[in-house]
Amino acid sequence: MFQNQPTTRASAAITYLEAIRAAQHKLLTDDPRVFIYGQDIADFGGAFKATKGLAKEFPGRVLDSPISEDAQVGMAIGAAIEGMRPIIEMQFADFSTCGYTQIVQHAATLHWRTGVPCPIVIRLPSGGTAGAGPFHSQSMEALYAHYPGIVVMTPATVEDAYTMLLEAVEIDDPVIFCEHKYLYYHLKADALPTVALPTGKARVARPGRDATIATYSAMVHESLACAAELAKEGWEIEVIDLRSVKPLDTDTILASVSRTGRLLAVGEAFPWGGVTAEIVARVATEGFDLLDAPPMRLNAKDTPVPYHPNLWGTHRPTATSIVAAMRRLLKA
Amino acid sequence: MLQARASQSVNAEADENKERYIGVYRWMLLSRVLEEKLSSLYRGGKITGGVFLGRGQEALSASLGTALRKGDIFAPLIRDMAGRLAFGETVLNAVRTYLGSRLGPMRGRDGNIHRGEPARGYYAMISHLGAMVSSVAGGLFARRLRGETGVVGATCVGEGATSTGSFHEGLNMAAVEKLPLVVIVANNQYAYSTVNARQYACADLVQRAAGYGVPGYKIDGTDPSACIEVVHEAVARARAGEGPQMVVADLLRLVGHGEHDDFNYMSHALKVSPIGRDSLDVARDQLTAAGWATLAQLDAMRDQAAAEVEEACGTAIREPLPDPNTEDWCAIHTRRLAEGNQL
Repeated sequence: MFQNQPTTRASAAITYLEAIRAAQHKLLTDDPRVFIYGQDIADFGGAFKATKGLAKEFPGRVLDSPISEDAQVGMAIGAAIEGMRPIIEMQFADFSTCGYTQIVQHAATLHWRTGVPCPIVIRLPSGGTAGAGPFHSQSMEALYAHYPGIVVMTPATVEDAYTMLLEAVEIDDPVIFCEHKYLYYHLKADALPTVALPTGKARVARPGRDATIATYSAMVHESLACAAELAKEGWEIEVIDLRSVKPLDTDTILASVSRTGRLLAVGEAFPWGGVTAEIVARVATEGFDLLDAPPMRLNAKDTPVPYHPNLWGTHRPTATSIVAAMRRLLKA
Repeated sequence: MLQARASQSVNAEADENKERYIGVYRWMLLSRVLEEKLSSLYRGGKITGGVFLGRGQEALSASLGTALRKGDIFAPLIRDMAGRLAFGETVLNAVRTYLGSRLGPMRGRDGNIHRGEPARGYYAMISHLGAMVSSVAGGLFARRLRGETGVVGATCVGEGATSTGSFHEGLNMAAVEKLPLVVIVANNQYAYSTVNARQYACADLVQRAAGYGVPGYKIDGTDPSACIEVVHEAVARARAGEGPQMVVADLLRLVGHGEHDDFNYMSHALKVSPIGRDSLDVARDQLTAAGWATLAQLDAMRDQAAAEVEEACGTAIREPLPDPNTEDWCAIHTRRLAEGNQL
């Protein structure tokens, strides 16, 4: 019921997608080491127009690549060794599996093995939208967070999309930047921020005292809608926006659980393992005594992401299913 | 007068060829002597992990290493000891990596052929074949963005790696970008144990160069003079801005995949065929036949190489090993983002 109404403001001007384009514009302007390499990103401006106009304004630094995700990342690694700050756009997060070897075997191990850092940013247009189907909808964050040597960002707001992408390029390590396609156009802000929380710090998106929802990316907005719905009945649900899943701000989650005693971890990715399992494992092992009820997880279903909106809307968690899960948790 | 000048220039060219050949031979020999030592250290239980030798591929590898200059980029593969040394790796750093010395470039974190010194253009291979093709291309792309010219990047693969998607993607991308990349394919007849008939179906791998739109060169990898001539030409063409170059050398891996492998599957027919020759023997014959060196001089070079290897081994074996208690268990450079390790 809320899935088509994420947080928006009537007077808003800048979308989440425009924030990503603006960040890249600023990076290309300020830092001669930055270049962007991806499929259809130059004159065409990218499948989602995240690089619209940049190739013209920065000739030779925004380049179309062949359909070769492995080579795109491999190329970025070599350029990073030579002191550049490449940004790789994957057309869809799903296709990053074709570049998985270079990311997790090469980029992620380079600093540990050789002492030479590997500052590359890989932008993954992530998550589901209605009609996108099994190969244009996936949430890959857990696959990358699993490997040592990688930072995984999952911005949920226009402000974070902008400031975290700026920070991602400054970080001397491979950064997987999971930008959510559903938020591209739905989410708007009045202006680009000038200050930001550092990566690694979660944000309390909504304070509460009865239960904690720890979540990230588009699920922050579904969770906020859940909290608003339950507030009508007097429940105060705290929503934690993790912002990055690696590093994972366990301290902020534990502090929240110490106030609420109840935890629901929500993620859009597949249910086996993953970020929500990591959150529950950490709270269970480090904060078991804080819990008044067994911690819960809510994820997508354990099937490929379906195409039809009727199926897709149920496959991933929504405000409706989060409310249902939260009612069980509050009764537990 | 003109004749005299012409003959002077012929002499100068001959001198240059001689000097270049002897230089290549020196690296071939040093590589062979070092690898024989590593093999015996492995058999003596002094080396943990694999030992993979370049026996039979020294002429090709040394030709590449000598064609590259300081400031170039080189991503060797597992049988490129000769090229690594020629590109400036010290015998000591090679031995340190095998023995796990904390003072070596990999500090015990990675071993044997995965070593490198990327800060000076000597990239450290990963085991996933073909992966270095695009990375060297990326290094070259960065140099070009910075306005550097006259740089060459090279990487070595075997015929097995040409079957990977990474190889294809990397070479195609380098060709699209017209980068000064030289890809050396050592067709050594076996990818671990897999024979060529199970690896590819084209008549000759060099045919593939045309498919990428790059010049392809075919050489007898057991013939040092052919290796020197062709590899140096390919590198010179890349340096001159003629885009990627692909060299395919036919030769035979004269040892098992690694020292753990007894190579009982080696074909006797290949062993006695022309590509079964040992390029070091061929080099000795060519050098002495040309009157560029005597056997005594070549033997003296071997003694010198052996002394260098012994000294490096004697040093590295006394060096401190990695210590798990003082090891910095942090995989990322940006320490404030480190997650810490759970108990």
